[in-house]
Amino acid sequence: MSGMLQIVFDALSLGSLYALGALGIALIFGVMRLVNFAHGDVIAFSVFALLWPSVDAVALVFAGNLPWFLLIPFVLAMGAGLSVLSELVVFRRFRRASPATMMIASFALGFVIRYFLLMLFSSRPKSISLLPTLSQPIEVLGARIPLLQVITIGVTIAVLIGLTAFLKRTRFGLEMRAAAENFTMARMLGVRANRVIMGAFALSGALAAAIGLILVAQTGTVDIQMGGAVMLMAFIATVIGGLGSLPGAVLAGFLLGAASVVMQVLLPVDARPFRDAFVYGAVILVLIWRPQGLLTARGTKERV
Amino acid sequence: MSLLALSNVTIRYGRLTAVRNVAFSLAEGEILFITGPNGAGKSSLLRAIAGVTPPAGGRIDFAGQDITGRAPEDIARMGISMVPEGREVFGALTIEENLMLGTGMHARISGWRARAMTELEVIYDTFPILKDRRHSQAGLLSGGQQQMLVIGRALMTNPRLIAIDEPSLGLAPNIIDQVYDRLITLRTHRSLTLLIVEQSSTRAMMVGGRMILMRGGAVLLDGDARAMGQSEALQAAYFGYGDH
Repeated sequence: MSGMLQIVFDALSLGSLYALGALGIALIFGVMRLVNFAHGDVIAFSVFALLWPSVDAVALVFAGNLPWFLLIPFVLAMGAGLSVLSELVVFRRFRRASPATMMIASFALGFVIRYFLLMLFSSRPKSISLLPTLSQPIEVLGARIPLLQVITIGVTIAVLIGLTAFLKRTRFGLEMRAAAENFTMARMLGVRANRVIMGAFALSGALAAAIGLILVAQTGTVDIQMGGAVMLMAFIATVIGGLGSLPGAVLAGFLLGAASVVMQVLLPVDARPFRDAFVYGAVILVLIWRPQGLLTARGTKERV
Repeated sequence: MSLLALSNVTIRYGRLTAVRNVAFSLAEGEILFITGPNGAGKSSLLRAIAGVTPPAGGRIDFAGQDITGRAPEDIARMGISMVPEGREVFGALTIEENLMLGTGMHARISGWRARAMTELEVIYDTFPILKDRRHSQAGLLSGGQQQMLVIGRALMTNPRLIAIDEPSLGLAPNIIDQVYDRLITLRTHRSLTLLIVEQSSTRAMMVGGRMILMRGGAVLLDGDARAMGQSEALQAAYFGYGDH
């Protein structure tokens, strides 16, 4: 029973990370048809922003000694800031470019961010102890669950509720949903394109920063590559969910998390090192079955 | 003074010239039909006025200001409301959300919802069907209802000029009558200026007003719609140059 519960929590917390990442990608895709491959590097950047430049193995934290209620907003602001900056400096020039061109530009931007971090911090992973109290286990229905997992899941649920309320209840949210469905028509109703796009980038960057915080608290290390794995899974989640569909991205994020954890448990011991091959195999099957994704977003679909 | 004035407007898509040196002006309160066969450049002209496809040459003035090349949202905020071809409802949003989008630009964040609610009542009075289905997804409406919705949405922006591209496209004749009934009533009540693109000139002759006939990216005829209907020039313009 407690083993079962442990699996559920593992799946939910891994799925949370993927869901947060997928949301960040889907938000930007929705308003400007850009698949932002620099998203993973925003994850790394927002955490590195806490450190002094150094090549040492132990991170020199300057902002990390802040109390949590200052630390978290600081990291989120870093992610949002970099994301908005990338829109202002890079993506704004590509507004009229094809999605493929924008995607290449995002790859390039990702490399620029990564090598900037490499220059300042070297490629060696650094150990860091942020919010150490979070790694203590707590007792849930007889199972010992790391507090961090509970918090990860809780934060994700809170983000999902908050984002839904924002999109459904505020004017800016309404404008964002309209822009995601038909950007030109939204503009013809006076919706300010730049503001909506910047808003999407800010939200997406803050989500990336949240992932960065969770990853650091989980692993106790920072690494300039740290966003890559999540970014890849998150991207796959947005495709499976139906590109541009926010509920689809979240659903697929959790499904991928669950698939990874369940396969880790169910696969024979010899096959476990190849878990990811099985997960991606399942991805292929899902896409053969539903090439348009699980939930299709309006606006990307042909209208009759 | 004219509300809208186009001079020497040329529109190109790559190497294809869709509209060549078109000039006309539109007075406040006027109703102008732009008609002509497929590919005459009517829709391109509307898209240029709305700022979606900036013209390659020429100049567009609205209410005494040069709006050539301005962003669509700026033009909308100046008082031109565009109802594009194919209606373009936001299918995933509810009817009420579609309508409320139109008011966004006129109110501060705080006063927005209150203002939208008052404006909504006015729209719902004109189009009761929209009120009945206010919370259902706009994508589920019939074509005629969607046309009512996008006209209502355009009105929510409180425009001086409404530009409508093919309002009768894909609608049953009695529904087209209803749509035009509302448009004409609205025009008198709100002192709106209307710019309507239609492929066929029949409707323009029924409604009356001014009509411009376009073909091959240029203006062929410009005059009173009913008078034009009597003349042979109209048929010539549609079907060639009448040399048989």
